[in-house]
Amino acid sequence: MAIHPIIRALRRHKAGVLLIVLQIALTLAIVCNAIFIVAQRIARVERPTGAQEAGLIRISQTWLDAPEGDGTATVEALDALQRTDLATLRQLPDVLDVAASDSMPLQGAIWSADLRLKPDQRHASTQAALYYGDEHMLPTLGLRLIAGRNFTASEIDHHTIRSTQAAPVVIVTKAVADSMFPSGDALGKTIYLDVRPSTIVGIVERLQTPTVAPWGNRWAYNSILLPVRLDGSSASYALRVRPGRARAVMRAARAALFALNPVREMPDTWGIQTMQQIRSKAYRGDRGTAILLGTVCVILLCVTAAGIVGLTSFWVDQRRRQIGIRRALGARRIDILHYFQIENLLIAGAGVVLGVLLAAVISFWLMTHYAMPRMPLSYLLAGVLVMLGLGQLAVFVPARRASNVPPVVATRSV
Amino acid sequence: MFAYYLDLALRSLRRNKALTALMVLAIALGIGASMTTLTVLHVLSGDPLPGRSGEIYYPQIDPQDLRGMYPGKEPPSQVTLIDGMNLLRAKRADHQALMTGGEVPIQPEQSALDPFYVDARYTTADFFPMFGTPFLFGHGWNAADDEAKAREVVISHNLNQKLFGGANSVGRTLRLAGTAFQIVGVLDRWQPNPHFYDLNTGSYAYGEQVFLPLQTMMDLHLSRDGSNDCWGNGGGGTDTILPADTCVWLQFWVQLDNPLKVAAYKQFLIHYSEDQKALGRFQRPPNVRLRNVMQWLDYNMVVPDDVRLQTWLALGFLLVCLVNTMGLMLAKFMRRAGELGVRRALGASRRALFAQLLIESGVVGLVGGFGGMLLALLGLWLVRQRSSDYAALAHLDFSMLLTTFVLALCATLLAGLLPAWRACQIAPALQLKSN
Repeated sequence: MAIHPIIRALRRHKAGVLLIVLQIALTLAIVCNAIFIVAQRIARVERPTGAQEAGLIRISQTWLDAPEGDGTATVEALDALQRTDLATLRQLPDVLDVAASDSMPLQGAIWSADLRLKPDQRHASTQAALYYGDEHMLPTLGLRLIAGRNFTASEIDHHTIRSTQAAPVVIVTKAVADSMFPSGDALGKTIYLDVRPSTIVGIVERLQTPTVAPWGNRWAYNSILLPVRLDGSSASYALRVRPGRARAVMRAARAALFALNPVREMPDTWGIQTMQQIRSKAYRGDRGTAILLGTVCVILLCVTAAGIVGLTSFWVDQRRRQIGIRRALGARRIDILHYFQIENLLIAGAGVVLGVLLAAVISFWLMTHYAMPRMPLSYLLAGVLVMLGLGQLAVFVPARRASNVPPVVATRSV
Repeated sequence: MFAYYLDLALRSLRRNKALTALMVLAIALGIGASMTTLTVLHVLSGDPLPGRSGEIYYPQIDPQDLRGMYPGKEPPSQVTLIDGMNLLRAKRADHQALMTGGEVPIQPEQSALDPFYVDARYTTADFFPMFGTPFLFGHGWNAADDEAKAREVVISHNLNQKLFGGANSVGRTLRLAGTAFQIVGVLDRWQPNPHFYDLNTGSYAYGEQVFLPLQTMMDLHLSRDGSNDCWGNGGGGTDTILPADTCVWLQFWVQLDNPLKVAAYKQFLIHYSEDQKALGRFQRPPNVRLRNVMQWLDYNMVVPDDVRLQTWLALGFLLVCLVNTMGLMLAKFMRRAGELGVRRALGASRRALFAQLLIESGVVGLVGGFGGMLLALLGLWLVRQRSSDYAALAHLDFSMLLTTFVLALCATLLAGLLPAWRACQIAPALQLKSN
């Protein structure tokens, strides 16, 4: 079929054609970028923490009657409280392992340090989250050791966070090892946590920091395990439990700890949580944004499709006589159907060309203002196909109605 | 004439229900989405201290050692205890207050209530006059009480309701963390949003229940929380242990009611930094900032990026809906070329036709605006179901309600302009002939 007469006909509806082209272009540009953002959020929410999350529980609590200060006697008293708790939790049924573990991936509260290769290095090489805990921390979190060894019981120290003591040995994540020692010989080397020297004795494959805030994005997997039980009026523990027994252990742990010492604060909101609960809380905002953007995209596509249906229906009605004349002159129904389909393809084609340009502009704007990565071409390509397909789908019903116009219409004056 | 046009518009809209419904729905969806996100943005980027925020400043100085320094680097976002006390006692501003946050257990006298924790603000006397906190009963404490580590407390409206049923509780005793405090004041409802004076607690929907003197907190070792940032070999404190001298963990605010004072105060901060450097406490050259409340909120990028992004998306969505409506309206008006031709032939001026068609689009806009408002209410309800810290604040106020309708009406009139103008260009004779 010749395209020339279609273009001639479209020229008579300049304003309408222009509007529908614009609408398709805007829809394509917005949907492409929105879906790209959604995909990024999904990737972010699904990234692994490095811990074995199923069967992992965090307990965090405060003793209301804890002794105050950081003198030796106080620190010992605080540590005794913590060790008693740990021993009690270890006795519970279905508990496989228990660790003193101040931090937890995605949980929010974070201690961090600047990392240096030399104590007098002017600018820090990078920074990392500090996971204070005992020798049970690595197996309880379920981290994968890829080089070196875990802490031994004799290496575990205990002090308050104010202590200026250096940890003689540390375990780092592969991310830390790679960024400090690109040649891959991190094991056995000394790094400085702020100003305190520590020797790397182990490397774990992956451990995400406790924060998902934007300021932590650059070093999301820079974590360091320190062989220190942190003493204070608050203490946190990690529990590894038998699969499917998390609920029961949480109830038992609460009862056991309160039986041991009732003067403590351990609310439901943050006192005992499974890793799944921590994860779901951490990514609430991202999930909300993804759902919102997705919904808007669907509605946007529907509105645009409805607009195409409406406008094409109008054109069909307007051209009933012309269609009748063409039919009377020998055009088959399929010719009429094709006419409207090709017309739509031309309009949608112009729309997607403009839309691709717009999408690139928006993507560039997002890159400069919201530090977004560049949108891959595949998104544009998929967007183009979706828009062309949507146009064809939307035009089908009015086009079929047009093809049903009987030739006899030509002989009638309306 | 208007009534007649309105009647014509309604008839015309009724004649083609599906098309009308589509236009109204598109406008409603666009307006609903835009108003939902604009309301959230409006709430989040609001002024926490209307009428006062321009005079309230947040001084920053740089007490850190030389490591990690580079030109143009921002000073820390809080102050050390030593600097905070020095600046406080220098009294170079109209008002000044030093503060941090924490949690204290309350042991109610009423045995029916279990002990519970409340959020506390540890601050100094000027906090209340500087921020203009409204008092229901009593008043704040004074500077002498600060130095005397007075066991005095100001409580919030909510806490007063909970403990004393809303009665005047000034003069009564409140047991906090095992110590008896005298209530000297009860605040009326006061919850600045964002929580500008300490963004570490979460920026929105956060309000302290008790306010007590900072020095009393240090004297009693009450539990504090928030951010502390240390350098060198400084250890951060926890809970009841104060952080080291090389840690910043306090917020310091001043009131400066004219630009001269602002300039003078900035000079004072530079001199203070130079003096401290001469004393050997500071190592860096003076590096000071003095931002007012709104500048401070901007600097900290308090409004979440996602909220801005969602607003842009919704506005883009509205634009598509408008283009869509414009296309449909064009189709509709052109279809009535015959009717318009007859009216022209019978003597109606172009202006009259134009007015008639615009009224028709205005009706679509109003109905769409109403639908948009309902959708915005639904959208805000959905936002409130998300438990982010700002969610609870997402309510449609009167000004946003008005904005909804104005936006809907303007948008549809705008969308109707081109179609109406095109329809009025029709030559009447041509239309009459073809019929």
